[in-house]
Amino acid sequence: MKEIVIISGKGGTGKTSIIAAFASLAKNKVLCDADVDAADLHLIVDPEIKEHHDFESGHTAIINQDKCSQCSLCRDLCRWDAISDDFVVDSIECEGCGVCYYFCPEQAIDFPLNTCGEWYLSETRFGPMAHARLGIAEENSGKLVVLIRQEGKKLAEERHMDLLLTDGPPGIGCPVIASLGGATAVLIVAEPTVSGRHDMERVAELAAFFKIPAMVCINKFDLNPDQGEAIEAFAKQRNIKVMGRIPFDPAFTQAMVQGKTIVEFDGNSEGCKAVKNIWETLVQRLEL
Amino acid sequence: MIISVASGKGGTGKTTVVTNLAVSLGSDVQILDCDVEEPNAHLFIRPTIEEVKTINTPVPEVDMEKCNLCGKCGEICQFKAIVVIGDMVLAFHELCHSCGGCIEVCPEKAITETGRELGIIEKGHRNGLEFIHGKLRIGEAMSPPLIKKVREYTRSDILTIIDAPPGTSCPVIASMKGADFVLLVTEPTPFGLHDLKLAVGAVKILGIPCGLVINRSDMGYDQVTKYAKKEDVPILMEIPFDRRIAETYARGDMVVEVMPEWKEKFVQLYHDIEKIAG
Repeated sequence: MKEIVIISGKGGTGKTSIIAAFASLAKNKVLCDADVDAADLHLIVDPEIKEHHDFESGHTAIINQDKCSQCSLCRDLCRWDAISDDFVVDSIECEGCGVCYYFCPEQAIDFPLNTCGEWYLSETRFGPMAHARLGIAEENSGKLVVLIRQEGKKLAEERHMDLLLTDGPPGIGCPVIASLGGATAVLIVAEPTVSGRHDMERVAELAAFFKIPAMVCINKFDLNPDQGEAIEAFAKQRNIKVMGRIPFDPAFTQAMVQGKTIVEFDGNSEGCKAVKNIWETLVQRLEL
Repeated sequence: MIISVASGKGGTGKTTVVTNLAVSLGSDVQILDCDVEEPNAHLFIRPTIEEVKTINTPVPEVDMEKCNLCGKCGEICQFKAIVVIGDMVLAFHELCHSCGGCIEVCPEKAITETGRELGIIEKGHRNGLEFIHGKLRIGEAMSPPLIKKVREYTRSDILTIIDAPPGTSCPVIASMKGADFVLLVTEPTPFGLHDLKLAVGAVKILGIPCGLVINRSDMGYDQVTKYAKKEDVPILMEIPFDRRIAETYARGDMVVEVMPEWKEKFVQLYHDIEKIAG
C-alpha cells in the first residue's frame, strides 16, 4: 500500500482543496484527514460517519482537597507552575507528567486518563475516510495523527485498496512529524510568497531529516513568478521533484463554498486542469 | 498590554496584521513571533538581529556507575522516555518532556540533566520596534516550551503583539494564555468559518476578550459576518481582496509602506482594541 501525505509548512496554501481534487481523480483509495487540529476536508467530502470513537490519551492531575495536607511538595516539584497557591491544578498548564501524583505523601492526587478528542470511520462519495477531531486546547495531537493514519491503513487493507491520501497539518512540529513516518512520499503545496518559500524550505528540510521522498507543487503561481521560480530552483537543488504550477483561480473558493471539489465544480477551469496534470504526474511517478 | 493575533486556519493573514499593526504604531511596541514552527514576521520587519540564543530543554543522563537498575525511572516516566532493559538504561531524549520525575525518583542519584536543543531565539530591532522570534529546530516535535521561552521576553512597559501559530491545540494556547486581547484573523470561506469557530472556542476557554479581522472580506460568503454577530464577536477591520495587497505580501513588503492609506486604519484598529481590552 502507498500513502501520499500532503503538507505545506505554511498554512492556507491550498492543501485541502488539492487533496479534495485528488479524491475526485483517484480510484481505490482511502481518504485520511490528519490535520486533526483544524480539520477541513470533511466540509467538502461530506462524510457519513459509520463509526465514532473517543480518543483517550495523556493524564491530568486533580488534587483532592479533603486529603491534601498543603505540604506544598507538589508545587515544589511541578515544573509547569500548574498548581496554584490554594492547591488547585490548572488543567491547561498540567503536562500530565504525574510527578505530583507519584510523590504526594497523602495520596491526595488523582491522575485520570483524558478524553481529548474523537475519531471517525466514514463513507464519502469518493470512498472510505478516516478522520478525527482533537478537542480545543488539547494535547497529544501527534498521537491522534498516528492513530488516524493507522486506522486509514486498516480500512484500506479491509477494502483491498492500495492508496491512502492523507491531508497533513501545517507547521513542522509534533503533528507534522507524526504524519510523515512510513509515508511513501510527501507532496508539499507551496505558495509563491517570501513566507511561502521560507516555510516550504523548512518543511522540505523536515522531510529530508526523516528521509521521506518529497515532491512540490506551487499554488497561485502567477501571484509572484519570481518567488515561484525560486522555490522550484531550491527544489531541484535538493532533489525534490517539481510536479507543476497551479494558477490563481477563484474557482477553488467557489467550489469550496458549494461543498464541491474543483473537479466537480468546473472540470474546465484552469485550476482544475493544472491539478489534473499534477495528479497524472504523481500516478506515473509513484506507479499508482 | 498584550495582543495575541491568532486564526485557527492558516494563511488568513495573521502575519500581515501583526507586522502592519506594529509598524503603524511605530515605537514602544514589541513583536513576539510565537509561530516558532514557521516564523515569518522577520521576512517583513527585516530586523537587525543583536542577540541569538540557543534554547535547550533538560533531558536525563544516567551515570551507569551509580545506577542499580531498579527501574523506578521507567515507572514514573509517562512519556516512555527512559526505560531499563536488561543491564542498560535507555533514555530517549526526543520523547522527554523535561518533568524531572526520573531524577527525583532515582534512589542512587544516578541521573543528572543534559540538554536537548529546542531551537533558537533571535532578538533585534527595526527603528524603535523591538523584535523577538523563536525558530524550532528541524526535527524537534515540541514547540510549546520554546514558545514559553519567547514569551519570557514580554515587556510590561510597552505594547506586546504576538504572532500565534495556526490551529487550536497546545502551541496556540501557549501563545494566547495571559494575553489581554486576542485578535482573530479569518477569511470568509467555509474553511475560514469552521476554523474560526474552533479558535473562538479556545479564546472562550481562556476567558480573553476577542475581536475579528476579516481578510479578503469581499469574497461573497457572508456566513462569517453572521456568525460574528450571533456570537457577539466585534468585527474590527475588514480588508477587501486587492491584488496589490497580495502582491505586496508576496514580495515581503509591508502594506502600510506601499499603500500608506492603511496606516491610519491599523492605528484605529489598535484604538478599538484598547477600548475593549481597557
